[in-house]
This record gives sequence, C-alpha cells and structure tokens, in this order.
Amino acid sequence: MAYSKQLIDHYEKPRNVGTFGTSAQVKERKDVGVGIVGAPECGDVMQLQIKVNPDTGVIEDAKFKTFGCGSAIASSSLATEWLKGKTVEQGHEIRNTEIVEELALPPVKIHCSVLAEDAIKAAIKDYRQKNGLPVEEEAHTH
Amino acid sequence: MLKLPVYLDHAATTPCDPRVVEAMLPYFTEKFGNPGSRNHQFGWESEEAVETARERCAAIIGAQPKEVVFTSGSTEGNNLAIKGAAEMYALKPEGQEGRGHIITSAIEHKAVLDPCKRLQKRGFDVTYLEPPRDGIVTAEMVKAAMRDDTILVTIMWANNEMGTINEVPQIGALCHERNVVFHTDATQWVGKMPTDVEKDNIDLLTWSSHKIYGPKGVGGLYIRRRKPRIRLVAQQEGGGQERGYRSGTLNVTGIVGFGKACEICANEMDTERERLRALRDHLESSMIKNVEHVHINGRPERRLAHITNMSFGFVEGEGLMMAIKDIAVSSGSACTSASLEPSYVLKGIGVGDDLAHSSLRFSLGRWSTKEQIDFAIEKLTWAVNHLRELSPLWDMHKEGIDISTIEWAHH
Repeated sequence: MAYSKQLIDHYEKPRNVGTFGTSAQVKERKDVGVGIVGAPECGDVMQLQIKVNPDTGVIEDAKFKTFGCGSAIASSSLATEWLKGKTVEQGHEIRNTEIVEELALPPVKIHCSVLAEDAIKAAIKDYRQKNGLPVEEEAHTH
Repeated sequence: MLKLPVYLDHAATTPCDPRVVEAMLPYFTEKFGNPGSRNHQFGWESEEAVETARERCAAIIGAQPKEVVFTSGSTEGNNLAIKGAAEMYALKPEGQEGRGHIITSAIEHKAVLDPCKRLQKRGFDVTYLEPPRDGIVTAEMVKAAMRDDTILVTIMWANNEMGTINEVPQIGALCHERNVVFHTDATQWVGKMPTDVEKDNIDLLTWSSHKIYGPKGVGGLYIRRRKPRIRLVAQQEGGGQERGYRSGTLNVTGIVGFGKACEICANEMDTERERLRALRDHLESSMIKNVEHVHINGRPERRLAHITNMSFGFVEGEGLMMAIKDIAVSSGSACTSASLEPSYVLKGIGVGDDLAHSSLRFSLGRWSTKEQIDFAIEKLTWAVNHLRELSPLWDMHKEGIDISTIEWAHH
C-alpha cells in the first residue's frame, strides 16, 4: 500500500507536537480545551489540545500527541494545522471526509480521520464546558 | 555498503538460495517431462528428479521417502492432514454429530484453525488450548484436554509469531499411548532444527519449501506408514498421483528446488542457527539496553534462534514499522485489517491488547549480517524514542498515570 506524499510529509514531519502543560495543568487552564479519544486496546489514542483567545474565540494554537499508525499521526497533525486561526465554531465544522481527501487515506484508514474529527469535537466541548458555554450535542455517530 | 531495505521477515518467506535455483533450472526447459509419463525418456528423467528430491525431503525429517507427499505448501498440507485424518478416523458417518474430538491450540496458524472450524461444522468437536503467557503448549495441557472420543491432536511445532517451541515429542508420545493421531504444523521448525519423526513421535507433519530458502508453491506432508500406519481421505481427486493422496501433475521444478533446499538446510542448519542466535540476541539485548519497556513475547529460552517478537510499550506497532521503513519486519498489530484486532496469537497467550498493538516480529535468515542488525538497532532505537515523544500514553506513563485504570471510550 503506497501512502500519499501529504500523508508521509505529516507523518515524517508532524506539526504542532506537544501539550500546553501536564494533564493536571491543562485541566486548570480555562483557555485550553483537551480532547482524548480512542483507546490503547484499539491501537489508537489521539490527544488534541486547543488554546483559545477568550475575547475573540479564535483558536490561537493547537497541539497533538498520538499513539497510533502513520495515518493516525498524520490525521491529527493535519487537524492541528487546520484548527489554528479558526474560530471555535469554524473548527467544529471540520469533517473527517476533508481529512480523508487531503491525505488520500486508503479505506482501511478512514477510522483515523473519524478519530481526528472526534478529537477536535472533544477538545472544543472541553473548552466550552470549562467556560460555561453551551455544548452542542453530538449528532455524529459511528 | 549496506543495501536497503534490510529484510528481517524470514518467518514470512525466504529468498531462494542460488544453489536451489541452479538445481531447478534444467527442469524448466530441457528436462520438462511429466513424471507421470511412464513410457519415454522425458517422463523418466523427471520422475528420477522427483524421487531424488523425495529422498532429500524425507532425510531432513528422518522419514522414509515413501512417507512424503508433495503439496503446494503448508496450507494445503495442513488441510489435507487435518480434514483427511478427521474424515478417515471419524467415529460416526457424515451428517451426524459427535463424530470425534480434535485438540488444537488457539495460537496455531489460520491454515490449521480454519480447517478445524470447518470440521466443527461437519460434526466434530474441537478444543482450542490457550497456552499461558510464556506461549508454550505443553503435553500436560493436551493430556488434560484428552477425552475418550479424541481422534486427532494438531499442535504446531514452533509458533510463527513468537518462535516459541511447543512440547511436540512429549505430545506425540501421549498421543501414541492413547492411539490418537498426532499432526504437527512444522512450517517454522523444519530446516532450522533437527527433526526425527520416529523419535519425536509424529504421525503427520507439514512443512514448506519457501520458509527454508526453496521456491514458493511447494511443500511436504509426512504421512507415517508403520507403527501405526496412518491413512487419510484425499481432499483433491484426479489422476491419483502421490499414492492417491494428492492428485495433480507434480510441480517438478518446485519439488527439485524443495529437495535441494532441504539438503542444504540439513548440512548447514547447525552453524546457521548459532550464527543467527548470536545476532538475534544482540538485537534483543541492545534494544533492552537502549530503550525502556521492551518486552520479549514468548518464553525467551524456548524459542527458535532466528525469531524475536518484541513489544515496545506506548508505541503502536504499525506506526513503528512506518518509522523504520528501511527495514522489512512484521507487525503483530493488525491495524490494516478492518477489524482493528491485534494479533490473536499474542492475545491467545494473554498479552494485553495494548502491548499486542505494540509488537513487532523480527526474523533473521541465511544472509542476515551484523551490519544489518546494527542498522536495525540504530533505526529502531531512534524510532521508539521519536514515537514516544508523540505518544500521549508515554506522557501519562511519565506523569505516573496507570493507563490500565483509565476508562477509554471504545469505538
């Protein structure tokens, strides 16, 4: 199976790797939303963190860490790139199909993009909850 | 100069030894006869070549030439041995239940498990033994599973994912005491370890050419002819070749190559084994020294010398394979399959799903060099460290969080 150039690029040079502090620290930070999705038993765990400007609602920075295959790492790397500069609302609109397209994910790897979308939504939900903002209910199921 | 990529997946398949190819070549062109043609020179010389190969193949397992049937490989050999023996020794006719009990293990290759599953649908009972964490199927386990209606035991000699060695001679002795037919899938074993079907108490043994530096598409099935004489119901019918056990024109070139491969292994396996053991141990000890949380899967002192299966905690196997793309290995994780299930073999011995997802199998071979292994160690050390930098599980571990206590949202 040959991977696309974009996928290999994100895998070999992952963007925005890291965190905005230890798990205890980010829990306390109101400007940071954290999403952790997947499970070690399933072979994928994605952790996505967004740092939001509370005045503008713009995602100023995003970081990820992922345990998983190359497609999972590339999907989360791409997600952080796309999130930066978007408002929280715009970030919420990112769809897994766009990730599939951008990275040319093969069918067996589509779940990696689904996981990335879930991670984005989970991080946004965490940010909104921390700041007492209304949380949209998930319509997305799989 | 190191040639890339480096091949460390010899348990999957091996390159043909050039001596094997050389032995095969005349049988493609000048000596192309059908060994079934009894009336002319072309048939005679092909038949002679097949019989020479049969002698060489028999010799490496301590059998008589007449006891060896050529197949297309281990999948066919296992199917013929298991289905053929079950049908021959069934306690009741087709269409009824309770036709007999078969013992196998959960860590067998699919080419054993699937025929067993098929037999369950045809009225046979099957017990799948689950070895403990060390991965070894013992005679004690088989003994405990034996019933009055047990007709067949099929246990692999060495496991393909871990290289662990089961108690085959002891299991064979137990079967012979109880007049139960004993089959072993010895695909990973023969050609690497000394084999004697007499001393090792084996009735049926499957092995394959392409795992021992011979061509693909050919293998052998040993069928004991005396004490006791074992009979099988043929699974493929036609011209009655191979004493009726396996109809079909013989794959002469393949068989010649297989015979040559067996001969070479018989002569060289002892020195080859010790050379590869030193390299394999060097790989393992270096990785254990270089990075934390390396687990060797399977009881270390009871394994084939050329295989290692290592789990690298907090790193996913497929991601790791991609990071060492200049090295061809095999992943215990099966993220590429739609099921997302990790290795059933590692799960079968109780390795947690997380570590099963973190495992890689390295298998060395005839042309593996110290230089290649040093390269693998360097790449692997870099890759594990790099991927841990990316791993949220590694962070959690470093922060003292026990990952097994987290409630993960499952997909």
